[in-house]
Amino acid sequence: MFAHGAAPRRVVVTGMGIACPLGLGVERVWKRLVEGESGIAAIQSFDVKDLTAKIAGQVPVGARAEGKLDLAEWIPVKDQKKMDRFIQLAVVAAVEAVEDSGWLPESEEDRCATGVMIGSGIGGLTTIFESSRLIWEGKHKRVSPFFIPSALINLASGHVSIRYGFKGPNHAVVTACATGVHALGDAARLIAFGDADVMVAGGAEAAVSEIGMAGFCASRALSTAYNDNPAAGSRPWDEGRDGFVMGEGAGVCVLEEYEHAKARGAKIYAEVIGYGMSGDAYHITAPSETGDGAFRSMRAALRSAGVSPEQVQYVNAHGTSTPMGDDLELSAVERLWGDAAPGLAMSSTKSAIGHLLGAAGAVEGIFSILAIRDKVAPPTLNLEKPSRESAIDRVAKVAQERPIEVALSNSFGFGGTNASIVFRAI
Amino acid sequence: MSETAEKVKKIVVEHLGVDEAKVTDDASFIDDLGADSLDTVELVMAFEEAFGVEIPDDAAEKITTVKDAIAYIDGQKA
Repeated sequence: MFAHGAAPRRVVVTGMGIACPLGLGVERVWKRLVEGESGIAAIQSFDVKDLTAKIAGQVPVGARAEGKLDLAEWIPVKDQKKMDRFIQLAVVAAVEAVEDSGWLPESEEDRCATGVMIGSGIGGLTTIFESSRLIWEGKHKRVSPFFIPSALINLASGHVSIRYGFKGPNHAVVTACATGVHALGDAARLIAFGDADVMVAGGAEAAVSEIGMAGFCASRALSTAYNDNPAAGSRPWDEGRDGFVMGEGAGVCVLEEYEHAKARGAKIYAEVIGYGMSGDAYHITAPSETGDGAFRSMRAALRSAGVSPEQVQYVNAHGTSTPMGDDLELSAVERLWGDAAPGLAMSSTKSAIGHLLGAAGAVEGIFSILAIRDKVAPPTLNLEKPSRESAIDRVAKVAQERPIEVALSNSFGFGGTNASIVFRAI
Repeated sequence: MSETAEKVKKIVVEHLGVDEAKVTDDASFIDDLGADSLDTVELVMAFEEAFGVEIPDDAAEKITTVKDAIAYIDGQKA
């Protein structure tokens, strides 16, 4: 693996793109997030009368100039039908990230050094549902030739590579709600190890559909008590929390080898300094009762970063607003930070956008990078009364100015898969 | 333009996202209108649906231009 004997290379973030319930465009979304706005609303796009959960975070429809999504501005009509919505959202976020980075290589050599790794938790669920309906109706021959490529998770990476001619490693992560962090971390390692100089990496999800909602309703994972007050539904650590609120969207970063970025005069947002992973080996959907998986994931990330807990000023929590998960993560952070806990700010931005599943880690990674850039910890909305006290400041309701130099972002997924990533100011 | 021709051209414009002016009788789906092999499979399915005809694979392979499609469909309807 390391026959050339080279040391791992430094990796920085030079481009970012977001499509999420607070809209399109990193700066607009970040501004709304810091100002405490919510992207959660009643579901209007399909009939929810038979679903227990009736609220979600959906990407707003409208013109790009207003930070909303009109697909025609991003993807030719002919190609839209070849993509499930998760791929469409991935492309939108990738286009923003690539344009932001200014990396549009034209030489064969540069293109071969640029790869893509955009994952998804579930992929083309809605496309699979619609095609199965044709089979059910006996219309086998009506199944579209684009059905399979529209549903496959790695086709997000495929479409982005085709659009820009990126011929480097083409890969996709599938680790449920940990996908986004795994994609950023794995892609950073590909650069560190010399497989690529630039990676377009992140996650995308579009499971706010009848089948997606029905599935998560059935697993009793979703909030159902706030159908009449959607913006209050996602309330991490609050005593009134009763499950997560589904969100859709995509987050994509352009990751780049440090010297490569410097040499072309690229704008550098932050450095990816650490990445850690763990498995719970416990239960298919529940987090381990001790929170040990989360603890080991964060500890591994800090070790790989070479920083101690007191050097980290902000944690973007997985914090989904589920009764069990939130406090387990909090306990794991308290255990790892120990005496340094009082100096830490930790918030859950899922309070504003919901849980974007496979896109969550990528979008929240971007929020962590912006927290470093602007020295601001975004708020945990709806945190009226914590179900338990903690020395850690969970940034209740209002953003806080903080001297943030290093930030860690957590994502944990069904199957007991945990990932943490660490960014530092540069 | 016959009713079939009008309908065929409308379907081609919608499915391939091309300008109406480009969809001439002689236009080849692949060479002139930017379709790939999967696009042509989908196009044939759209013709089947719109005209209520069955186009078997061996016949579909021979439909490469707009006028091929019009002629095949008219032949089936006659």
